[in-house]
Formats: sequence, structure tokens, C-alpha cells
Amino acid sequence: MTTATATREVTYLEAISQALDEEMTRDERVFLLGEDIGVYGGAFKITEGFLQKYGEWRVLDTPLSESGFVGAAIGAAMMGLRPVVEMQFADFISCAFDQITEVAAKNHYRWGAPVPMVIRAPFGGGVHGGPFHSECPEGWFFHSPGLKLVAPSTPYDAKGLLKAAIRDPNPVIYFEHKFLYRRVKAVLPAEDFIVPIGRAEVKRSGTDITVVTYGAMVHLALEAADVLAKEGIDLEVVDLRTLIPLDKETIFNSVRKTSKAIMLHEDNKTGGIGAEIAALLAEECFGCLDGPILRIAAPDTPVPFSTPLEEYFLPKVVDVVTAARKLAAY
Amino acid sequence: MDSAVVAQEIKRADLLQMYYYLRLTRTLEDRITALYRQGRIVGGVYTSHGMEAIAVGYASALECDDVIAPFHRDMGAFLIRGITPGEVIAQYLGKRTGPTKGKDGNVHMGDLKRGIIGFVSHLADNLPVATGAALAFKIRGEARVVFAGTGDGGTSRGDFHEAMNFASVRKLPVVIFCNNNQYAYSTPLRYQMAIKDVVERANAYAMPGEIVDGNDVAAVYLSSRRAIARARAGEGPTFLEFKTMRMHGHSEHDPAKYVPRELLEEWKKKDPILNAEQILRQLGYGDDAYFQEVGQRVKKEVAEGVEFAERSPLPEGPEVLEGVFATEEEVST
Repeated sequence: MTTATATREVTYLEAISQALDEEMTRDERVFLLGEDIGVYGGAFKITEGFLQKYGEWRVLDTPLSESGFVGAAIGAAMMGLRPVVEMQFADFISCAFDQITEVAAKNHYRWGAPVPMVIRAPFGGGVHGGPFHSECPEGWFFHSPGLKLVAPSTPYDAKGLLKAAIRDPNPVIYFEHKFLYRRVKAVLPAEDFIVPIGRAEVKRSGTDITVVTYGAMVHLALEAADVLAKEGIDLEVVDLRTLIPLDKETIFNSVRKTSKAIMLHEDNKTGGIGAEIAALLAEECFGCLDGPILRIAAPDTPVPFSTPLEEYFLPKVVDVVTAARKLAAY
Repeated sequence: MDSAVVAQEIKRADLLQMYYYLRLTRTLEDRITALYRQGRIVGGVYTSHGMEAIAVGYASALECDDVIAPFHRDMGAFLIRGITPGEVIAQYLGKRTGPTKGKDGNVHMGDLKRGIIGFVSHLADNLPVATGAALAFKIRGEARVVFAGTGDGGTSRGDFHEAMNFASVRKLPVVIFCNNNQYAYSTPLRYQMAIKDVVERANAYAMPGEIVDGNDVAAVYLSSRRAIARARAGEGPTFLEFKTMRMHGHSEHDPAKYVPRELLEEWKKKDPILNAEQILRQLGYGDDAYFQEVGQRVKKEVAEGVEFAERSPLPEGPEVLEGVFATEEEVST
């Protein structure tokens, strides 16, 4: 557990921990459940010290039973509590798919029962996790009405979006990128703040090409922008931050300005979020496009383990640079 | 059940009320079946015909602020929790006055204000949800209980086992029941599980379990009352296996030819309404005239329900877009 100070840099991981701690202090309805989050403090140590501070009924170590404890969170949420579930790895969320898509997502629509809960899902590759510890499962839920999906890329967004998710009256899946846990740092405001769900942010303003992305790929896009700036290609980087509900206005405004768009994500290419945004741009911004909408994404394979395989699998700076050069030529 | 025990354990008024709900359930569902056969109801019709004693018995044993997560053949529980026959028929007709305003059909009804967790077709899905509701009561130190169930088929699913395990590990105030009506759609018990009695599943979770005659409303009521008292006292969950027989098809479209006729004949003699009338007669609580009078009363209520439902408006097409997300106001009250 960490304490917020106005001058110390905190990691993305610490920002998540702070958000949980502050929300649990602020609202006694907030409680945590998941595997190994109590005594052990979580596989990534996000809840270290929480058991001692909040006790075993607010930091519940559950059986190895994702469907069971997501279901339990749904029931507790309906009875007025604010559960935050930790998936040890986002990959294991498949075990709870049914509870999330059939129960949590549909309850309010079917019979008016709000399900204010958060599922934290540590996702993404680049950590040598292999096929079961590196997945980007957001696409599965992108297609399930009733869920909100967020995926922060910075410590500020990580903290602000988690607080907003906990305060939201709906089920929110919070995709936290494992690669960013200890790699990105920032000084955060000492006072309470949220990042509203449903708002993208232009992380780098540019005039030539829009890159629409989220999660760890935001940093990849920013790196590519630095490379391209030297060649006179000015990238605008739109960080979605929220995947559902999608901030169409920010995306459209950016593409209307630059007239060119690249979709960048770490999830598999086919049927990914980039495909949906590309379709939206084709429908809504066709007249302003000066080139094809390009997609940079992982190939349609599971996430491989061995280093050269995983490096090949993940989108790279050079992929963005190459795509941007191609688009700039139009 | 022995009438002397019933007389000693159950108040006369409570028993008469249970009889009333048995009759109301049967009359209402028979009417819904008739509406289906006339083509006025579309979609599935899942009745509790011949199994009415289970829902009536357990729901009668609960307090107002307890919560249920019913099986799809628990019409009596909906009625006891306050859903009216009119609302039920409106729900079946897809009217805006049904508990789901046309968003969902038939027995997929829920209402948090009346302590009913809405049914999900994926059997046993609501059992983990029920443990979570019980967990909320335990965390807040409230003496409330959750009563949740599924069918024999539902106990084959992982969610059943995950819920049983979690409930037992954390000693949650929940009662989990199985409506063992011998068939899951067309699949008989012997292809569903290798054990003889569903209650054996409870052993694996160190959970006390009981086999109960599901066609005897007094037996269901008393076993439920014991399990509820245990849960309320903080002693943890109980598993109840209510043995019964599904007397109709899975849904009303299904003639259930896969069920041996002899089996149905045998269970027909154990009809829960006949059972209840026999006990009421033995105790001198009711006679044929009384039973007839109750019959007239529920018939009238159901007729009024049909009238209410038919008078009710259908939802307008664009209402499909409403309610995907909850608003802040809904959770702040």
C-alpha cells in the first residue's frame, strides 16, 4: 500500500493500489475479492497490506473459482455493496464469461437491477507470459451490451478511471496492462480525482495522421510519433481510455482534422476494436478521409511464449512508422 | 407428512394460506397453458404443475426482507413475494406492465424491492449470485437469508459446485435447493449423474443436506424453516433436495413422450394439492365446501389478472434501446 504525496512519482501499479485504498476508505461498501489478494497481497502485490488494514471480510481470498466469485460479486452488488473483483490474469476471465455476459451485463436491461461492480483484469503481453498469461480479451466483451470497458495507459488515468469505475452504477471491466505496471510513472495530484468513463484523450496533438489506440500501445504510438516527427510526419495519438462507451466525438474530431487514421491494438486483428472504429470512420467520416484506414494489431494467433515469437507477435514501433509513411504518401 | 406433527409445528392460518397459494399457482398456470394453446402466448411456458408445493412451501417459510433466487418452476414463490397474477400474465404476454416491461418473458421475472433475483436461463447461474447476496448480508451483519435453487440438471453445472463450495467455505446465510423432478428437458436422472440422490453432492462441501418430499407442502415448509433458521443463526448453508416429478413437458410445446406413462400415473396420486387437502381434512381445517370456495376465489383472481394483462399496453419498439445501463439515481436510493 502506498500513500499519496504531491511530489513523489508513483507507478501505474501504485496508482491502482492508491485508487483501491482511497475508495475503500471513502466508502465502506467497497470490498475486494479474488484469488490470493489477502495474505499474499495479490499476484502483482496491488493489494499488499489491505488485509491488515480492512480485515478479511473486505479483502476476501476466494476459492479458485472465477465464475463463482464473479457471480458472488454480482449478488453482493445487487444487495448494495460495491465489489471489486481481481482476476489474477485477464486470461482467466474466460471462466467467468457466462456470469459477466449473461448475468451482470443483462440484469439491468432485463429486470432493472443495477450491478455496480468492477472486475480488474490484468491483461496484455510483453511479459513472457505465454498463451494463458498475456491475452487481450477486451474484444469478447466489446460485443456484450451492458458492460463498460476501460483500459488506462498512464498512472493518472489508471487511478482516475478505477475510482470512476468503482463509483459507476454498472458493471465495469477495468483492463490494466501488466507491461505498464512498473514501467510508467507520474506525479499524481494529492486530492481526490476521477477520469470520467466515456472520454478519450488526445495524448499527442498532431496534424497529419491520427493513431487510435489504448493500453500499452499508447506508449508505442508516442514513440513512433517521435521517430516520425524527425521526418516531418506529425502524428496525433488518441488514447481511447474507455472502450465502451466509445468516445466517438473525440475520434471523429481528430480524423476530421488529420484525414488519415491508423487503428493500433495489441489484441488480435480480426474482429478487434480497431475493426469497429474503422467501420465507424467509414460510415461517419468517409468524406474527409484522404487515405485507407489502416490497422496494426497482433496476428490471429494465440499469444506465443518464446521471446522471438512474442516479439514478432506484438505490434512494434517500426510497424507504426511504416504504416504512417505509407499513409503520408497519399 | 403425519398430520399430528403438522398440527403441532404449523399454524392453521399458515397452512391454509399455503393451500390458497397452491390453488392460485395451479389455476394461474393452467390458465397460462390455455392461453398458450389458444396462441395468445408466444414462446416458452414453463409450469410447476404437480410441483407447486416446493415454491409455496419454501417461500412461506421466509421473512419479508429475505431474498430468493428461484428455479424456473417456482411460480408460487413469485406470488408469495407479491408478484400479482396480472403481472405474471402481462409478463407472459410481453406487456409493459410485466415485471420486465417486455424485455424478457415468462418466468424470467425479478424485482429487488420484493426480494426476487431474476431468473437466468443458464441453469445454476444464479447460485453464485445468491452466495454473493448472502455474503452482503454477512458483511453487513444483517440477519437476512437467501433461498436459491436449481433443478437436477442444473446441479451438473460448475456454477452449482462453485456456489456450494463458496457458501460452505464462508458459512454464508444461504439455503440451496434442488427441484429434483427427474428430468432435465428430456434427459433422465440416470444420464445426468451417477449418484442416486442429488443430496450426496452436499457431502463434498461439508454441507448438511436433506431429502424432502417435494409434493408435501408441510414437509417442504418445515425443512425450509429449519434450514433458514440455521442460516439466520450464522451456522451456514444447507442443501435441500426436493424430490418431485415434472408432470408436463419441459415447456408446453413438448409432449414429453420420453416419460413413461406409468411414472406419471404413479406421481399423479401424489399430487401436492390432493396431499394438502387430505391433511387439511384430517386436521379439520377444511372440507370440500372450503376447497371449492378457495377454488372460486383463485379463479376470480386469475380472471382479473387476465383482464388486467390484456388491457395493458404493449411496449413501443424504440423502448428496446432503454435500460442497457443503470443511472446514478437508481443506485443512490
